[in-house]
Amino acid sequence: MHADPKGVLTGVHFLDGDHACCEGTLAAGARFSAGYPITPSTEVVERFAARIPTVGGIFIQMEDELAASITIQGAVWGGAKAFTVTSGPGFSLMMEHIGYAAMTETPCVFVNVQRGGPSTGLPTLPAQADMMQAKWGSHGDYGIIALCPNSPQECFDLTITAFNLSEEFRVPVMMMLDECVGHMTEKVVIPEAHKLNITPRRFTKLPPSEFRLFEPKADQVPDMVRAGDGYRFHVTGLTHDEQGYPSMNVETQDRSIRRLIDKLTPISGPRALFETENLDDAEVVVVSYGITSRVAQRAIQLARARGIRAGKFRIISAWPFPDPHIRELAGRVKAFVVPELNLGQMVHEVARAAEGKAKVVPVTHAGGSVHNPEVILNAIVEAAR
Amino acid sequence: MNASTLEVPCEIPADARNPVEPFLRMDRMPHIWCPACGIGTTVNCFTRALEESKANLDKVAIVSGIGCTGRVAGYANLDSFHTTHGRAIPFATGLKLANPELQVVVYSGDGDLFAIGGNHFIHAARRNMDLKVICVNNLTYAMTGGQTGPSTPGQTISATSPYGVFEPAFNLVQLAEAAGASYVARWTTFHVKQLARSMGEILQKKGFCFIEVLSPCPTLYQRRNKMGDGLDAMKFYKQVSKIRNGASTADAALTKSGEILVGKFVDRDRPDYLELLQAQMTATLGDRYAEPEVMCEC
Repeated sequence: MHADPKGVLTGVHFLDGDHACCEGTLAAGARFSAGYPITPSTEVVERFAARIPTVGGIFIQMEDELAASITIQGAVWGGAKAFTVTSGPGFSLMMEHIGYAAMTETPCVFVNVQRGGPSTGLPTLPAQADMMQAKWGSHGDYGIIALCPNSPQECFDLTITAFNLSEEFRVPVMMMLDECVGHMTEKVVIPEAHKLNITPRRFTKLPPSEFRLFEPKADQVPDMVRAGDGYRFHVTGLTHDEQGYPSMNVETQDRSIRRLIDKLTPISGPRALFETENLDDAEVVVVSYGITSRVAQRAIQLARARGIRAGKFRIISAWPFPDPHIRELAGRVKAFVVPELNLGQMVHEVARAAEGKAKVVPVTHAGGSVHNPEVILNAIVEAAR
Repeated sequence: MNASTLEVPCEIPADARNPVEPFLRMDRMPHIWCPACGIGTTVNCFTRALEESKANLDKVAIVSGIGCTGRVAGYANLDSFHTTHGRAIPFATGLKLANPELQVVVYSGDGDLFAIGGNHFIHAARRNMDLKVICVNNLTYAMTGGQTGPSTPGQTISATSPYGVFEPAFNLVQLAEAAGASYVARWTTFHVKQLARSMGEILQKKGFCFIEVLSPCPTLYQRRNKMGDGLDAMKFYKQVSKIRNGASTADAALTKSGEILVGKFVDRDRPDYLELLQAQMTATLGDRYAEPEVMCEC
């Protein structure tokens, strides 16, 4: 279906990433957000709080991130598209309900504008050090989708993608911005509503007597209902059977938890989102994401100018990790160089997917600024030797 | 039970049903609660209140947290949500705001609502969110084995206070009133008629409503404190309870063996969250304000 024009601010704008992300939520059809202030993410909900009363929806500022991250899920089961926004310390508090959303297959979006950590860390400065937390931060086994924009335009575009994927797969989706992308101001083009594809909620067409809330369809994802429509359904964070009733046995656990992960397999393979350049002749491939991909772009140019056949693989969908694509590349390149604003997170995924077929070189940075392109260049030069 | 009881001739018609059955998920019975636990009694009162309210049950949702009382949602034949520990109220807040035609009932225990969830409770009361909160207060963390909670009275022995509780306890009804609740009552599971009536009242009342129900936990609270069994709990409630409608909640603190003030303490009208929101937006935005249509059109 197309976007509801009420939420679409069609035109050419000069926006920062946080504000563009907010416009993405509105265009995607989100009419509910619950938030708690935290730098450098608050601008997303500040704009939403200003915009939503004229669009027709609700923003509520909750008492903490624990509350915000579950309030949105209540809204989703009431029939809304909903999201929350935070940064490092708040993201830590939200882990409880990322697990709940994964377990109850509640479609919703979590925006994390990453700052330096651990703990309070660097509130106003960038990092990309929550990447592993996005995937593994809540207890138990589960799957999520995480997207990494590298510009305000992508903050808009990918926020719509995030909502669409969350509805299609009934899964929480993380928008993993960083402080630089969140606060960088650039041109953002917002198309007309009828040019934006919006994935509707997969509401069941079955009557209540035949419907089971966690019975997977052919794509391993179950259809959904909302409260108040007469289905008298039950949702629990306990391990549950297809009807949604608690079921404390090994068979149900194995069947249902494997499915939470398996249903997302297409995102790592045929539906992975990434951007590549100069891979045809590449001997060294720089794998990067978010703001670091823009610094890496410069390093790749410098390397090419020196005659090094450097290529680019920019990760957009970071989770599930695009294993098959990295694995395929690993068979034909000498090395991967992986710069990121952390002390080594996604580089381990690259190494795992490369299966030893190519050298994998981390270019770490503890956060607080972006890399100097020369540092990445040096790693490329070294890797090409 | 003696042998003669068993011999009483009794014919149960084939189509006989307990009147509470339409309100329960009978395919989930038997429930997990211990013999003489009071939670089932409160659920019985709740079903009576629902029945008398003539509410459209398709439009009543129930939200629980974690713990023994947290299991109520799973047995109620309503749209039901068993959430995370302490977070029933914020979940219910989102549910209510997305779909205001729902009557949203939060049904949970004292530890869930007032320890791990205490912050959410006071803020929902402050906002006068249109939620009906029923707290089954068994004075302990029962699901995990009888540990000290925020409402456990002083001098009590618990699994984590083997030498006696020395921390002061919350007075739940006073806390609810101070935080802004529109309706505050307390009953025990001995007061089934009054409890069912109070539950019926809050189903008709707008705003944040709170009922505390003192409920026996013979397995994990009474046994440790040599307070007898379920029947002894009923005798105790009967003996020490004083019905004082309109009493000051400040006078309603509980002790291990002292008087239990019960009754309806607060019944006042305050604009609820959605009314406040709409009034403010209309005043400041005028015609530009769009009434919330939060549910997605898809």
